[in-house]
Amino acid sequence: MSQDRGVGPMDSLPPGLIELRARAAWVTLAALVLVFASFWSLDLHWRELWSRESAAAMARFLAEFFPPDTSAAFVRRVAKATGETLAMSALGTLLAALCGLLLALPAARTHSARWRVPTRMLLNALRAIPELVWASLLLIAAGLGPMAGTLALALHTTGVLGRLFAEAIENAAPGPGFALRAQGARPAQVFLYATLPQAAPQLLSYTLYRWENNIRAAAILGVVGAGGLGQLLFYHMGLFQMARTATVLLAMLALVLAVDGASYWARRAMTR
Amino acid sequence: MAIGSGTGLAGAPPSPDRDPAWGGRLAWLLASILLLWPLLVMTEFRPWQMLDARSLHVTARFVGGFLPPAVSLEFLARVARETWRTVAIATAGVALALLLATPLALVATTALSVSSLAGRMALLPFLVRQATRAAMVALRTVPELVWALVFVRVVGLGPTSGVLAIALTYGGMLGKVFAEILESCEAHPTRTLLANGSGRLQAFFYGLLPQAAPELTSYAIYRWECAIRSSVVLGFVGAGGLGQEMDSSLKMLAGNEVATMLLVFIALVALADGLSAWLRRSLR
Repeated sequence: MSQDRGVGPMDSLPPGLIELRARAAWVTLAALVLVFASFWSLDLHWRELWSRESAAAMARFLAEFFPPDTSAAFVRRVAKATGETLAMSALGTLLAALCGLLLALPAARTHSARWRVPTRMLLNALRAIPELVWASLLLIAAGLGPMAGTLALALHTTGVLGRLFAEAIENAAPGPGFALRAQGARPAQVFLYATLPQAAPQLLSYTLYRWENNIRAAAILGVVGAGGLGQLLFYHMGLFQMARTATVLLAMLALVLAVDGASYWARRAMTR
Repeated sequence: MAIGSGTGLAGAPPSPDRDPAWGGRLAWLLASILLLWPLLVMTEFRPWQMLDARSLHVTARFVGGFLPPAVSLEFLARVARETWRTVAIATAGVALALLLATPLALVATTALSVSSLAGRMALLPFLVRQATRAAMVALRTVPELVWALVFVRVVGLGPTSGVLAIALTYGGMLGKVFAEILESCEAHPTRTLLANGSGRLQAFFYGLLPQAAPELTSYAIYRWECAIRSSVVLGFVGAGGLGQEMDSSLKMLAGNEVATMLLVFIALVALADGLSAWLRRSLR
């Protein structure tokens, strides 16, 4: 598909067939070896999974889900947990947007390398550790509950947004900034009145995109005890209260589908 | 500024120090504080709790334990074994997901519809395609962590549940994206083949696959990279690998072991990231 998209006269020459094919063959072979080694080394219990007992256990397990617990008191609790999930994701994203903006300034290429390198390393480390791992680390400091989840979302998202924000700031046109600086404006004024207004739409769209991701993440974060729907799910599943587990699962799926639908609709509305 | 003062001759020229939009900004600030308050209450956001003496003591002891990271030979061997298991769970999961996604994508894509050659798609194929799409939505809407929780209950602790969880969620995602990639291909060769009486699989292999292969491979590699990250997370609910090991070290508050595993994990993610970027670049 891409070979025929020639750019220059050199590209119209036939590619070095032997070299090209050999590399593709080596990579394919390596992938196959990796797949076979994976299946071979893991002690996978396929036989147990497909056995009659396991099928019966699975069927019993699924049958216990029905009917979901729809008593008013429990539905109210699930609704509260859903609200908590949304609040966690919103506050986490907001904190991350603020911290990300603060860290993006030294991380942007418009600043000196002395601060840029350590800030970038910090952002990479924040981003590399998933929300759930942050949450289980933070449980030690913040205790069980939604605050640990909120902070975990904030830390991971700071890493993601900081990097994206730094790129957005780098891409802002330098002209307005120069004009203000020539008039004697201070660096903070240059940022607030020249760089920020230019980058703001992009910063906002990145933040909203991460919020969407964070709602999904917040729904499951609780399985380590960090609040929201996940915590409720883990609690009732642990007690084998399957009817209640089913209600929580349904709420979770409804939330994910609602977020997907809202984001699809918003994107369509914005691009139209 | 010059034009503004020209039209409003009667008033004094606005001082250059004042922000002309300050009213709106202040209103937004107040409104957001009003919105923020319930969020803080709902998330029980009380960061000062982390600063009380007992909590600080525990945290300090845990974080203090990070240095030096645990490097005993026996522990490193265990970490290496669990790291391989993490990679293996991700790889096996994605391999199964591909097995699941390929037929689903072939059924779901409208690019291989024979009946729509003559105008509108017939009712039965339309219903089959919609049902396949719904199945894929159901597969990927359930987060892999929830699949893993369910499978841990059925097949017990261990990598089987991790592999199955990744296979199901990623099967749904790959199937959806594969179907879309096939639909974004140049339709002319496929339609010509179908119109001349070739089978759907033939039309796929000779019309669609040559166009779509790089993009399909690239997306599969990207998903493998994501699966490595998610297979660590799955370990926290007992699906084996580095995550399960990290979870048990965390529960014992063994800071030095956690530190080593975090470093290994960051290195693993960076490695997978680099490998996947290199492979995808060379596909272009």
